[in-house]
Amino acid sequence: MIELNGISKSFKVARRSSGMKNAIKALFHREYTHVQALQDISFSIEPGEIVGYIGPNGAGKSTTIKIMSGILVPDSGSCRILGYTPWQDRVNYVKQIGVVFGQRTQLWWDVPVIDSFDLLRDIYDVSPQAYRDNLDLLTETLDLTGIIQTPVRQLSLGQRMRCEIAASLLHSPDILFLDEPTIGLDAVSKIAVRDFIRTINRERGVTVILTTHDMHDIEALAKRIIMIGRGKLLVDGKLDELRDRFGRRKTMTVDYEQHPGRMFAPPELPGVEVANWSKDRAVIHVDTVQSRISDVINVISSQVELLDVTVESQPIEEIILDLYKEYEL
Amino acid sequence: MMRSYGSLFRLRFNNGLQYRTAALAGVATQFFWGMILIMVYRAFYAMADGASMPMSLPQIVTYIWLQQAFLTFIMLWHRDNELFQLITTGNIAYELCRPTDLYTFWYAKLLAQRLSSALLRCSPILIFAWFLPSPYELSPPPDLSALILFVVSLLLGLLVLVSISMFIYISVFYTMSPVGSLLMFNVVGEFLAGMVIPVPLMPDWLQRIVVVLPFRWTADFPFRVFSGHIGYHEALSGIMVQLVWLICLILLGKLAMRRALTRVVVQGG
Repeated sequence: MIELNGISKSFKVARRSSGMKNAIKALFHREYTHVQALQDISFSIEPGEIVGYIGPNGAGKSTTIKIMSGILVPDSGSCRILGYTPWQDRVNYVKQIGVVFGQRTQLWWDVPVIDSFDLLRDIYDVSPQAYRDNLDLLTETLDLTGIIQTPVRQLSLGQRMRCEIAASLLHSPDILFLDEPTIGLDAVSKIAVRDFIRTINRERGVTVILTTHDMHDIEALAKRIIMIGRGKLLVDGKLDELRDRFGRRKTMTVDYEQHPGRMFAPPELPGVEVANWSKDRAVIHVDTVQSRISDVINVISSQVELLDVTVESQPIEEIILDLYKEYEL
Repeated sequence: MMRSYGSLFRLRFNNGLQYRTAALAGVATQFFWGMILIMVYRAFYAMADGASMPMSLPQIVTYIWLQQAFLTFIMLWHRDNELFQLITTGNIAYELCRPTDLYTFWYAKLLAQRLSSALLRCSPILIFAWFLPSPYELSPPPDLSALILFVVSLLLGLLVLVSISMFIYISVFYTMSPVGSLLMFNVVGEFLAGMVIPVPLMPDWLQRIVVVLPFRWTADFPFRVFSGHIGYHEALSGIMVQLVWLICLILLGKLAMRRALTRVVVQGG
């Protein structure tokens, strides 16, 4: 459905050093550097997938989204989406996709939200029946009932973002590109947005490509992640596999009672590290490849009376952070 | 397809009609400005031999009133900051993922703005000017055909003007700031359109330059058709020239727009 092959894109950036002398010099001779935003990016996405597209700031996520939505023209490489090359057959192609840029707005500032929706209906030539159905579904699932008559300038960020997402789906697109859809939202709005994305993916089979810095978004939505850094594709895989491969560190919290005369002692097993411990509780990090959780429990239970044990997997946030570190991003 | 441009046009048009106070202030300004200009020309004409002038004083007066009434049809500096901001802040990203031709879309928007503001302003000025005492009054067109030709040429002039102004917006893709292009288009364009002094009053060498450029077809030509200074046959051939200019400018504009878009950089990540 989506096929990117060897996409590269560079930008020419004018630069000069600070100071008067250099400023005057730049009047006559400008120095440019080429910033390689994307370098040989290839991946393919099947219909109905939700893919998390991640990477640190400036990695090239937004650039990729803009190429895939036909806004930017890459320097080289090919891209086929739904049988179209986005930047060549832009007008026909964009009818099939919806795009949300979390940091920008597509709604008309001065008029009620519904006016923007009506304009979009005409722009995308949505039939009255389909428009009504979509609008009903969107107002219900995104909880827009009270705000759809309000001018956009009076909406809160969370309300506006929900309207932005609704605006991108009025024409029933097959693919939805979301560029940081939860940026700046509070917990309630974030959860509403996530639920909604899951709903349209399940019920309408919309393929979703999502960039975000909030790993909870990824965890809640994406089965697959694609990670880029400095314009290069680094990781492309299932989230579960990634967790198995990189998320091998688990955190144990142990509550216990000490036997008279016997103290808790850090277990001397490979890959086991006690973060802190007191007379009735210890927090232990375990590298599950080197030592098994059960072995650690065995050692501790021989020392003290166990009351409670909780084992937590490493949060995805840390896994990603480890990944960034591994690739020196 | 046409429905989307129509819908945008309607939204902009209604939006423009909201600004009634601005229109009222504009009407007042233009009314006084028109009076001042007429007084200046009266003084000039009093000093010169009226018969030897290329335009009679009533024709000049009519020219000035039409200029004031249809100011938003003919001034190049009427700008849409929203479009400039779209380009310089990168919000153009959304505009580009719509299934519309960007040139036509913007054209419809600019046209709607000019039409709605002219609609609010033109009739009060024309009615006022009609009832003014001589020599300040607006003279009617010599006959019905002149009036019809005026309406046609004025509307075509509006279309030509919007297609000229599109180049200002396209240039911002390259320069990132509208200031330079606006200033150039304003000063040069409006002078050459006969906004400062009517074209017939310009020296011959300047008139020779003016006739080969598109600007005079937006203002000077329709106004002189109204006053009968340009006759029936000349007006008809002038309308043909307007059409040719319109087609050329739109084709060139679309080409320039396409080139600008292939090298577009969406500002701000």
